[in-house]
Amino acid sequence: MNFLIYLINGIGLGSVYAIIALGYTMVYGIAKMLNFAHGDVIMIGCYTVFLTMTRYGMNPYISVALSVVVCTLLGITIEKIAYKPLRRATSLAVLITAIGVSYFLQNAALLLFGANTKSFSNVVNVPGITLADGALKISGTTIVTVVVCIVIMLILTWFIKNTKAGQAMLAVSEDKDAAQLMGVNVNGTISLTFAIGSGLAAIAGVLFCSAYPTLTPYTGSMPGIKAFTAAVFGGIGSIPGAFIGGILLGIIEILGRAYISSQLSDAIVFAVLIVVLLVKPTGILGKKIHEKV
Amino acid sequence: MAKLNLKSIKKSSKDAFITYALVILVYIVMQILLKGGHVSSLIQGLLVPMCVYSLVAIGLNLCVGYLGELSLGHAGFMCVGAFTGAFVSKALRDSVQSNLLLFMIALIAGVVMASVFGFLIAVPVLRLKGDYLAIVTLAFGEIIKNIVNVLYVARDDNGYHFAFSDTKKMNFDDSNGIWLINGAKGINRIPNLSNFTIGIVLILIALIIVYNLVNSRSGRAIMAIRDNHIAADSVGINITKYKLMAFTISAAIAGAGGVLYAHNLSTVTATPTNFGYNMSIMILVFVVLGGMGSLRGSVIAAVLLTLLPEVLRGLKDYRMLIYSIVLIVMMLFNWAPKSIEMRKRLAEKFVKKNPTKEEA
Repeated sequence: MNFLIYLINGIGLGSVYAIIALGYTMVYGIAKMLNFAHGDVIMIGCYTVFLTMTRYGMNPYISVALSVVVCTLLGITIEKIAYKPLRRATSLAVLITAIGVSYFLQNAALLLFGANTKSFSNVVNVPGITLADGALKISGTTIVTVVVCIVIMLILTWFIKNTKAGQAMLAVSEDKDAAQLMGVNVNGTISLTFAIGSGLAAIAGVLFCSAYPTLTPYTGSMPGIKAFTAAVFGGIGSIPGAFIGGILLGIIEILGRAYISSQLSDAIVFAVLIVVLLVKPTGILGKKIHEKV
Repeated sequence: MAKLNLKSIKKSSKDAFITYALVILVYIVMQILLKGGHVSSLIQGLLVPMCVYSLVAIGLNLCVGYLGELSLGHAGFMCVGAFTGAFVSKALRDSVQSNLLLFMIALIAGVVMASVFGFLIAVPVLRLKGDYLAIVTLAFGEIIKNIVNVLYVARDDNGYHFAFSDTKKMNFDDSNGIWLINGAKGINRIPNLSNFTIGIVLILIALIIVYNLVNSRSGRAIMAIRDNHIAADSVGINITKYKLMAFTISAAIAGAGGVLYAHNLSTVTATPTNFGYNMSIMILVFVVLGGMGSLRGSVIAAVLLTLLPEVLRGLKDYRMLIYSIVLIVMMLFNWAPKSIEMRKRLAEKFVKKNPTKEEA
């Protein structure tokens, strides 16, 4: 029974990682860059919800919607200012700029909101389920997280397969120049990808902070790194891959913490990642890229 | 004595000599300023960290700039070096009298250990490429940090006691012995053996090693792999061998940086801020900003970026914000195709206005 509880908690945490990883993987697929600032967008989303709810007493749903809007705009702005000028530069230069943006967001949050830890009140007010005569309790937050994650994944898959904008994303991720020649608005598509990724980050942030209710300017960095790991785990650039990678990572982390050592849970997650990548160097669902000479 | 003809020296060796001269010049100027008492205690405290970061940046540049493999785990090698070095010097403090000798032993132990780890990690990891390699090195760095946090080593009259996360099994009574590594509390009371002179000497040694390596046959092989590994393979370069060589030497230099780092502090612990991926990223920032494949650039960037937050200290809370803005603006200025074009145009104008410049 304990195992089942851990498993469910793992899926809950994994769903959060999966949502963040979806954002990572979409941006990577299209812009071929690791957006290190993604984790900090999550943190900004959390602060938006926190402030609108505690200071202005807004309805939780409105404040979540507002935070999605804020993060979306933030994502687009970051892309326009920091990443767009570097589109033809080496990927390392973009990576370092992303790190700069990440520092910027952390320190801006430090100035605006202060260094002290805020306790985030749970936004999700859905009752939990009790199964097997009270031995198995599933919290409302976990249920909502898992459901939201699955819904987001399904909508994204549908969006990419069936809409014009989604097809444009696929085209840009395959070949930017060819897509431009076919009349795809490359800049617009990249902005849209950043917008979706950042909007998802806001949702993930709210769910993460509902489960782990401490909020500091550095809250986003560890889930960001974990989600990045999850995206690579599942095969970066692949949407189902990010989902599977996220869920597996969450389960491994919780089970490792419960059965092996709480101090070593991160080490276990990373060790599993290394083993998976050594067996399958492009992740679970990653495509094998053949190199031409 | 043959007459020293500057033109007969190869361009690569000239580059190396300029760097050595620069480091020595900085050292001499710094010593004069220190003697004259013109250096604030704040800057004095930064001298050894600057040497540490320069060292690790030199090491990482070998990996990123010359080998072309992105490593986000160099803080892990620093951590291995720091803990091994501090452990050795604490364990041997009573038996070795000379400070310099003690530091040398610690340094050798730290460097050897870091290169062993570098080698062990490189064997499986170098099969991967690009971002996958980056994430795996990041993972290794985090694992090393995590493991050091649950490692316990103590010594009493019965000898050494080891434990992994569970101290009860150790049979160790701390009334008649000392903790050498105390889990998350790290190593305390490390002898303070680092100083600016040792740091500069280590930087010079690292520079000599890396410059000689990259200008040798092996170095050309390493750069050939970076430029096109398939072409390198087809002309008979043993890719695995040279990748392993570069990565291991890179880890060893990072380990030396770690030893220097640990002996500058009285207590060393493995926290996310000093040995986590944040540190790896900070070092990477030095390397990229200084210019990949330019060792002089790495050292200059490490020194300037370590100084920058301190110089901005007067701005209090805004300093890290400004630091991040400076970082973004510098990256855009250095790498954006448009700004590169603009700089070229400005340079052309400048040359036209001063025709004498062209002759120089």
